[in-house]
Amino acid sequence: MTGRKAGLISCHTCHLICPCPDLPSPEFHQCPRCGTRLRVRKTNSIPRCWALVLASFILYLPANLVPITTTTVLGRPSKSDTIMSGVIYFLDSGSWYIALIIFIASVVVPLMKLFILTFLLTSLHFGWDWLPLERTRLFRLTELVGRWSMVDIYVVTILVALVRFGAFANIEAGPGAAYFAALVILTMFAAESFDPRLIWDRMEDHNA
Amino acid sequence: MNSIIACHDCDLLLTLPELEMGVVAECPRCGAFLRRTQFNSLNRTLGWVSAGLVLYVIAVSFPFLSMTTKGISKTTALTSGIVVLYQQNMAGMGAVVLVTCLLAPLFSMLSLLYVLAPLRLGYRFPWAAQLFAWYLRLRPWSMMEVYMLGILISMVKLTKMALVIPGPSFYSFIGLIFVLAASSVSLDPHLVWSKLAKAHRVHQEWYPLFRFTHEKS
Repeated sequence: MTGRKAGLISCHTCHLICPCPDLPSPEFHQCPRCGTRLRVRKTNSIPRCWALVLASFILYLPANLVPITTTTVLGRPSKSDTIMSGVIYFLDSGSWYIALIIFIASVVVPLMKLFILTFLLTSLHFGWDWLPLERTRLFRLTELVGRWSMVDIYVVTILVALVRFGAFANIEAGPGAAYFAALVILTMFAAESFDPRLIWDRMEDHNA
Repeated sequence: MNSIIACHDCDLLLTLPELEMGVVAECPRCGAFLRRTQFNSLNRTLGWVSAGLVLYVIAVSFPFLSMTTKGISKTTALTSGIVVLYQQNMAGMGAVVLVTCLLAPLFSMLSLLYVLAPLRLGYRFPWAAQLFAWYLRLRPWSMMEVYMLGILISMVKLTKMALVIPGPSFYSFIGLIFVLAASSVSLDPHLVWSKLAKAHRVHQEWYPLFRFTHEKS
C-alpha cells in the first residue's frame, strides 16, 4: 500500500503523514508540523526536470570549452586554462591522482548525472516498469555525487585570491567558471525536482 | 511508540517501530535510508554545533593561507576569494561560493542551536519548527567539505611555484568540516520532530517580536 493509494501525503520536509486535503486549491495546504506546502508528488516534476536537464546540457559545452582561469605574467595574458587543460597540467606534472579527481568531479560526474536523469525521464515518458529498484538507486547516486562537482569552482576561488602579485603575476577567473557554476547548480536543482516515487507509481499502475 | 510513515523515495506506507540505538531503518521495497537512532542525540549534536560555531568564528577572522614567491608574499582570509571574484565582475560566482561555503553552514549551526538548546530543556521557541524545516532543506547546499578538497587541490598546484603556509584559520576550517559532519550524523530529525510536538511552547507574550502562524497539532 502506498501513501497515494491510501489518500495520504507524506510531508516532503519532515515526513509527517497527513490526510489528503479535500480542498479546491490544494496548493495552499500546509504541513501542520513544519509549514511545508503539501503535495502528493513534486509539482510538475517531469517537465521541470526536463527543462533543467536540457539547460544543463547546453551549458555543458561552454563550461568545458571556455577558459575558467587566465594567468597574467608581467602584465601580459600568458595562459588560459579550461577544465581539461587543468587536468592535463596535473597529468604532466606527475600528480595523476589529482588529475583523476578533477576529471571525475568536473567532467564525468556532471555528464553522468545528466545522462542518468535523461534516462530516468525517458523511462517515465514511455512508462517502463522494469527494474524500479535499480532506477531508484541510480537517482540516489545522482543526488549523492552532484555536490562534488563544485570542487573546480572552489579551486578557481582560491587561486584568484592567492595569486595576486600585481604586475608580476595574476590569475583571473574566466567566464567558463561562471558557466560551470551555473551548470552544477542547475544539475543539483534538476536532481531535486525529480520525484523517484513516479518510478514506482508507473509500475503500480501497470500491475493494477 | 510505532509511527506510520511513507517512504520518501517510493511512497510505501510503513510502520516505523521503536528502534534500538544505532540501528538503521531502511525501506524494504526500495532500500531508502529512513532513520538511524542515535545515542544521546540532542546533547551530542548541541556539543558539536557549539564547537563548530567557535571554529567558524576563528576560521573567518584569522589569516587562511599565505603564499610567498620571489620575495613577495600575500596573505588571504577565507573570504578574500569572494571579494576578488566580485572585483573581477564575477559577482554571481562569488555569491555561489558565499552561500555554499559561509552562509549555509552558519545558518545550519545557528538554526540547530536555536531549535535544539531550548528543546533539550523541553521548550520550543517561536518558529522553531519552520527553522528546522529550513535546516533540512538547505542541508545539501552546505558544501564545506567540497571546499576543503578544492583547497587541497589548489595547494598542490601552487606549491610547485611558491611556498604556501597555512594560517590558524586553515586548521580551524579543517576542524570545522569534521565537526559539521559529526553534528549532522548525530542529529536524528525524527527525534527532533517528536520532541518539538511535545515541547512547551514559549509563549508569544514573552517574545513580542515573533508571531505564530498556526497552532501546534
